[in-house]
Amino acid sequence: MPADSPLLSVRSLSKRFGAVVALDSIDLDVSPGSIHALMGENGAGKSTLIRCLMGAVRRDGGTVLFEGTACDPASPRHAEAAGLSTVFQEVGLIPHMSVAENITLGRESRRWGLIDRREARARARRALARLGLTIDVDQELGGCSIALQQLVAIARALDVSARLLILDEPTSSLDRRETAELFAVLRRLRDEGVGIIFVTHFLEQVYQLCDRITVLRDGAHVVTRDTRDLPRPQLIAAMLGRTPAAPGASVTSAAPADAAPLLRATGLRRRESIEHADLTIPRGAAVGLAGLLGSGRSELARMLFGIDRPQGGRIELNGETFSPRSPRDAIARGIALTPENRKSDGIVPNLSVRENIVLALQARRGVLRSLSRREQDAIADEFIARLGIKTPHREAPISTLSGGNQQKALLARWLAANPALLILDEPTRGIDIGAKQEIESLIRGLINGGAGVLFISSELSELVRACSRIVVLKDRRTIGELRAPGLSEEHILEAIAAHA
Amino acid sequence: MPEPRRASLPPLLWPLAALALLLCFNFLFTPGFFSVEFRDGRLVGTLIDILNHSSKVAIVAVGMTLVIATGGVDLSVGAVVAICGAVAATLAQRAPMPVIVLAALGAGLAAGLCNGLLVTRLRLQPIVATLVLMVAGRGVAQLITDGLIITFERPALVAVANRSLLALPIPVWIAVGIAALAAAFTRRTAAGMLIEAVGDNDRACRYSGVNESRLRLGVYAFCGLCAGVAGLIECSYIKAADANNAGLFLELDAILAAIIGGTALAGGRFSIAGSLTGALLIQALTKTMYMHDVSADVAPLPKGLAVLAVCILQAPRVKTSLARWAGGRA
Repeated sequence: MPADSPLLSVRSLSKRFGAVVALDSIDLDVSPGSIHALMGENGAGKSTLIRCLMGAVRRDGGTVLFEGTACDPASPRHAEAAGLSTVFQEVGLIPHMSVAENITLGRESRRWGLIDRREARARARRALARLGLTIDVDQELGGCSIALQQLVAIARALDVSARLLILDEPTSSLDRRETAELFAVLRRLRDEGVGIIFVTHFLEQVYQLCDRITVLRDGAHVVTRDTRDLPRPQLIAAMLGRTPAAPGASVTSAAPADAAPLLRATGLRRRESIEHADLTIPRGAAVGLAGLLGSGRSELARMLFGIDRPQGGRIELNGETFSPRSPRDAIARGIALTPENRKSDGIVPNLSVRENIVLALQARRGVLRSLSRREQDAIADEFIARLGIKTPHREAPISTLSGGNQQKALLARWLAANPALLILDEPTRGIDIGAKQEIESLIRGLINGGAGVLFISSELSELVRACSRIVVLKDRRTIGELRAPGLSEEHILEAIAAHA
Repeated sequence: MPEPRRASLPPLLWPLAALALLLCFNFLFTPGFFSVEFRDGRLVGTLIDILNHSSKVAIVAVGMTLVIATGGVDLSVGAVVAICGAVAATLAQRAPMPVIVLAALGAGLAAGLCNGLLVTRLRLQPIVATLVLMVAGRGVAQLITDGLIITFERPALVAVANRSLLALPIPVWIAVGIAALAAAFTRRTAAGMLIEAVGDNDRACRYSGVNESRLRLGVYAFCGLCAGVAGLIECSYIKAADANNAGLFLELDAILAAIIGGTALAGGRFSIAGSLTGALLIQALTKTMYMHDVSADVAPLPKGLAVLAVCILQAPRVKTSLARWAGGRA
């Protein structure tokens, strides 16, 4: 096959889930011997596209040609047999089986109906050798580092003689050195003629590794270009759907010291989550955390709230050293967090709206100093009215409410506890405009009352409206702080793009 | 705000309906089932026997209900009954009565704390953590009794399970007292809500500052204490400690009672009244079969079927369609 004819050619691929258009007429060409980045924010459609290609879900329309022949796999097994293989972020291998067994699982060589272990080992060694690895194939996979497990997953893909390898966020749990090792392997495979689709959120890795970039946004194809023709500002603008500003705006890379901030974090780091973060939150102000998906926004919030413990750096709260060992510690010092994942980390689904609202306040008072039912009713009714929570009754299970109203109930949970610092992690995701505006006005109310707010959002316009300062994160590092006046979406984009 | 329309039928409905059905059956087909006499200052009759014999399961089921509500389970209660019985029996002839009671209950509390620490500190799965004591506990009881069945003649201790107070056997009053205390404590303080919250979504609770470790430790300790009380009653009833057979399969009956009563094994909402009804239902069923000469070897089968029926009626799927059906007719 000539090098210029594509290995994979996708034309007007579409997929709907009910009334929701997940993919709208996507085109994608991947050449053999190239690494093609697939980028986009949450909900852009990357995962759906991969699942369509692998046959995990059936596409509704469009054509896919693989090596020039029509390709419509009924299941990932069929796709693998055709030569497409995907390595997912969660490795998806079996930890208590050996490396060799994992590589050959489901496709074991057989001899007289029994598994031929010697042949399996030889095959595993061959696949690993293509990656330049010589490791003991009899060791248990679970004992290997995550990085090595990733490589074993790739070796497994190669064992089925994959000509197209799809990697879904392979580097999100790797450190720099491990990432570099993975990239060396990927370059090697590319040079052997394997086509690679590389899904990642890390901008710098795209520029280090990839030959071409395709950006999806809201299920639609935005742009496909060679990496050298798509500079960072345009890439970010394409992902977020905005135009970058002309250069020249001011970005203070080191924030001037405040007299007595509410919270100051310096040099925070933790493996697999944050490499370096500095952050200052003054009293009576809202600080925004901006950055692309995977830049470490939620991870930073988790450290401040005591869910994860930093492995380096320090946090000061009201001028005193603060090292929370648990959310309880953080809450005892007046910190509150509404988590990004409302459903798994926020609501207590079968309990009523009332019980969900009083939960944090009651937890702080302890079991014995219980709020009387009348007090609970009064608190619940007050916040249902104040926040406009739409619920048939305060006794309705919270899981029967819409997402926006669940979010408001979670906000009420913390407002009732009167926190000194409220961390909001994507509080407006998936909720309607009216609720968003109400949440923004709540933030203003908190600030006027002297509390500090740390506001994490992917919607830059929201951050700009609500915050007086915005700290920008990129690739797990804080890269600077923007301050009012002069805050705009364009400045944030530029800050992300400018920092290499 | 107006009270909401019920989204489902009241949780106590099915266990109560099953109990009523069983009583109807006995009214028609079991002569003498309902006859109760007043003799020597106490009530005597089949119904009183059922109350008396269900009290042990009821007491343990109260503790079990709270453990299950946090999403856990305590398999060790049967073995703890054996330990506490052994403690009480060995002290029976030589210690003052308050010491006997405190030692037996203390042993139960210690066993419960041990379970709770395994679950909260070592983060063992509850089924594994309590399996340890379920297996080891009978060995501990054997060590205490030196491998013997210890009998005793201590009138005060024997009275606990064999005398009556205000016409009813003392164990019935103990069961009512413990259930009332537990219900009052969980519903008058915030404990009940926090237990349900932990069972429903423990991560959300942790992120809201709920001290879930202490709550869990508390419910396991309380469950151990309940088993201690049951152990005291059992050894008083048979006037002996039998390390091998005391409280045998009690954990299963207690779990059954809680499930019949509408407490989900996955954790969350619980009902102490439901568990009491469950305990009564199990005992009434056993007694009914006994009175109809069903051989003791076959008895578990109808018992299992009855439990299955109640549990099917409480399955979320069946429940919602039944509620819809009832709503459509109302």
